[in-house]
Amino acid sequence: MPDSGPAGTGMAFDEKYTVTASPHIASDITTGRVMRDVLIALIPAVLAGAWFFGARTLLVCAVTVAACVAAEFFSRKIMRRENTTGDLSAAVTGLLLALNLPPSIELWMAVVGGAAAIVIGKQIFGGIGQNFMNPALVGRVVMLTSWGASMTRWSPAVSGALFGAMPTGGGAVDAVSAATPLALAKALFTGGGLTEGLSQATLALPSYSALFLGGVAGCIGETSALAVLLGGLYLLCRRVITWHIPAAFLGSAALLTWAFGGRGTLFGGDPLYQILSGGLFLGAFFMATDYSTSPMTKKGKLIMGLGCGVLTAVIRLFTTSPEGVSYSILIMNVVVPLIDRYTIPTVFGGGKPHE
Amino acid sequence: MGLTMRKLAGGARVPHRKWTSEAAIVKMGVPARVIIPMVQHIGAPCEPIVKKGDTVLVGQILGDTGQYVSAPIHSSVSGTVANVGQMLYPGGGRVTSVEIATDGLQRPHESVRPQTYADKKDFLGLVRASGLVGLGGAGFPGHVKLNPPPGASIDCLIVNGAECEPYITSDYRFILENARSIVSGIKLLQSVLGIPKTYVGIEDNKPAAIKLMEEMTADDRNIEIVTLRSLYPQGAEKMLIYSCTGRRVPPGKLPADVGAVVMNVNSVSLIAEFMETGMPLVKKIVTVSGNAVKKPMNLEVVIGTPLRDVFAFCGGFTTTPEKILMGGPMMGIAQFSLDVPVIKNTNAALAFDVKDAKPAPETGCIRCGKCVDNCPMQLLPLFINSAAVKGDAERLKRFHVMDCIECGTCVYNCPAKRRIVQSARLGKDILRNLAAAEKKGGRANA
Ligand code: SF4
Ligand code: SF4
Repeated sequence: MPDSGPAGTGMAFDEKYTVTASPHIASDITTGRVMRDVLIALIPAVLAGAWFFGARTLLVCAVTVAACVAAEFFSRKIMRRENTTGDLSAAVTGLLLALNLPPSIELWMAVVGGAAAIVIGKQIFGGIGQNFMNPALVGRVVMLTSWGASMTRWSPAVSGALFGAMPTGGGAVDAVSAATPLALAKALFTGGGLTEGLSQATLALPSYSALFLGGVAGCIGETSALAVLLGGLYLLCRRVITWHIPAAFLGSAALLTWAFGGRGTLFGGDPLYQILSGGLFLGAFFMATDYSTSPMTKKGKLIMGLGCGVLTAVIRLFTTSPEGVSYSILIMNVVVPLIDRYTIPTVFGGGKPHE
Repeated sequence: MGLTMRKLAGGARVPHRKWTSEAAIVKMGVPARVIIPMVQHIGAPCEPIVKKGDTVLVGQILGDTGQYVSAPIHSSVSGTVANVGQMLYPGGGRVTSVEIATDGLQRPHESVRPQTYADKKDFLGLVRASGLVGLGGAGFPGHVKLNPPPGASIDCLIVNGAECEPYITSDYRFILENARSIVSGIKLLQSVLGIPKTYVGIEDNKPAAIKLMEEMTADDRNIEIVTLRSLYPQGAEKMLIYSCTGRRVPPGKLPADVGAVVMNVNSVSLIAEFMETGMPLVKKIVTVSGNAVKKPMNLEVVIGTPLRDVFAFCGGFTTTPEKILMGGPMMGIAQFSLDVPVIKNTNAALAFDVKDAKPAPETGCIRCGKCVDNCPMQLLPLFINSAAVKGDAERLKRFHVMDCIECGTCVYNCPAKRRIVQSARLGKDILRNLAAAEKKGGRANA
C-alpha cells in the first residue's frame, strides 16, 4: 500500500518523478511547423502558375507531392525506420519539384521524378538532414536527363488560363511552344537561332512587368517573380530562412550579369532582366536555402549565396545553356561540407580551441 | 541608466511565467527534520564533525575540510543530530549528510556574533567562514572568487540580479525587500577589497527592482545599475560580464582573468549580514512554482528543508506532478524524489504536471541552423550533438564542446528537439576521460 503523505496535498511517499536532462521546457516549434510555413510560402507561386498556365498545373503539383510523400512513406517502411511523412518535408520537396517543371509535363514523369527526388535525393542518405543535395533538384535533373524534350517544352503563359478549358485527352498539354525569356535573350544577344517553329514575331523580349508580375513562359513556379518574392518575404518574416543566401545569390548574379552581360561592353548587361527570369527568385529563396544542403553559419550562407550567384551568371553568360540556377545550386550543395568546415565560428571570448 | 546596448551572440526569448513576482517572501518556519548534505559547492566535500545524538545550534559548524576550495557547512536549525550517513542529494545520487531532528527553538550558536577583521586576508577568511558559495548556479566558494589568482586583479564587481530563468522570482523579491542590505554588501566589498566599480545587472522585465536599486545608489557613482535585455541566458556569468562591461572571458578562463567577479544579489547581502551579525548561510529564498503547485509562493526556508515540506507549505499539489525541478526549467535538475533537501544554491522548487513535463519527441536534425544562431557561446551545437552521439573525440574538440555552458538555449528552439545539452555533457566526459587516460599513459611511459 502506498504510504500517503500529508492529507490533501496530493503527495504520496512512494512516487517516482520523471527525470530528464535540462532544459525542461521547449518552444513549440517543430520540423512540421517549419515545413508547413514553407508550404504556405509556396502558395502564391502555385496560384500564379495556375493563373498563367491553367488548372492543370495544380494537378501537376498534387501528383508530384503525392509521389514524394508516398516515396517517403515506402522508403522509410522498407528501411524499417519510423514514418516521417508527418514532418511535411516530403510534401515540400514535391511542391518545389512541381514548381520546377514545365506546365505541360506528363504526369507519369512527374511521379517518377518525385519518387527519384525522395529516394535518390534524400532517403538513400538516411532521410532529413542527412542528404547533401537538394532533393527537388535531384529529381529535376533526373527528369531532364531522362526526358529532355518534355522538360524543355514550354507553353505560353496566358493571363487567366486558370479559367480556360482543361485540356482533354492524352497526358500532356498540346502546347503551342514558346521560348523562355532567357532563351530569347540568349538568342538575341548571341545572334544564334532559336528553336524551330518560333517566328521572328515572338522574338520580342518580355517586359520587366511581365517578368515580375508573371506571364512569361517557363516552369510552373518561375513565371511570376512577385509570387515567389511574396513567399520569400513570408519565410524571412517567420524566420524560417535568413536573408544571407537570397541576398548574396541575387546580388552576385545581378552584379556579374550586369558587368559581363553586355555584348563587348563592360556593365552593359541587363541585371534586372536576369534576376527576374529563369527561376532565380525561386532558387534563391526556396532552393538554395534548403536546410540540409546549405551551410550553418551566416558567413557560410553568404559564401553559399555568392557561389550560387557567380555560377549562375557564368553558366548563363558563357555556356550554351541559358538557365543555370539548378546546376549552380547543386554544385554549391556539394561543397557545403567544405564551407561548414572552414567557417567554424570563433568561440565567444576566444581564439584557439580548448585544450 | 539606459538599456545595455551590447547584444549577446545568441539567446532565446523564453517565456517568463513569473507568476510569483508579486508574492512577498514568506518565512516558512522550521520543519520537523532537516537534511544537510556535506557537498553544497564545487570543490572538496566537507567532513562531518558532529555525530548522532549531538545537540546542535543554529550557525554551528557541521562539517568542514582543510581544503581551500571548499566552504564550511553550518546547522540551519537547533536540535539533535538524528543520523549521519548517505542521503539523497539534489545534484543526483547520495552523499554524506547530517540529518537533524529540530527542536523548533532556533537557539543560536555562540559563534554567531558580530565579526571584526583587520585586513583583506582576515576578511576573506570570514567570507569562507560564512559558508558562502555561488548562490546562482554552480556553487563556487565565495572567498575563492573574491581572491584572484596571482597576476590577476579585480577591478569590477558584477552583482547578478538578472534572473533570466522562467518562473523564478526569488532574486527579484530579494532585491525589493533587501535592497539596503545588498547596497551595504557592495560598499563593503568595494572598500575592503579595493574594487573601484560595481555593476548591478537586472533584466528589463523587472522595472521595480531597477528603479529601487537606482534610487538606493543614486548618490554613489561607483555603483551602476545596468538594465539588461530580457533574453535567456542573460544571467549566465560570461554573458553577464559581457553585457555589463563588454569584456569577454576567454575559453577555459575565469572571470578574474578579465578583472571581474560575479556575485549574486543574495551573496553580497549575506556578506554584509555576516559581518554585522555573524549568522552564516543557513537560509535561502526559494520560489515554489509550476503548474502542479497549489499556491505558488516565495519562501524563506532553512537549508536542509526537504522539498516535501516546501511543497506542503504551499498547499501541496493540484494534481499528481510528473516532474519536480530544483532550479529553473532551463538549467534546473529533475528530482525523482521529494526527499531531497534545499541546499545553498537552490533558488527554486518547481512541480509540473504531465502536460508540462513531457519531453517532446526527438526527431532527426534538419540542419536548420537555429541552434547555431541561438548559442550564446557561438558554438555549433548540432555538430556537438552528432559528434557526441558518435563518440568522435576529434570532432568534439574541433567544435569546442568544453566551452558549452549547458544553458539549453539551443535545445529550446530546436525544431527536432535534439538533446544537445545531454550530448554536450557526454562529450565533455569523453574528452575528460581521454585526457585522464593520456596523462596516465604519459606517466607510465616516462
Ligand atoms: S536547431 Fe536542431 S534541427 Fe536545427 S540544426 Fe540545430 S540541432 Fe539541427
Ligand atoms: S547548451 Fe551549449 S551549445 Fe547549447 S546554446 Fe548553450 S552553450 Fe551553446
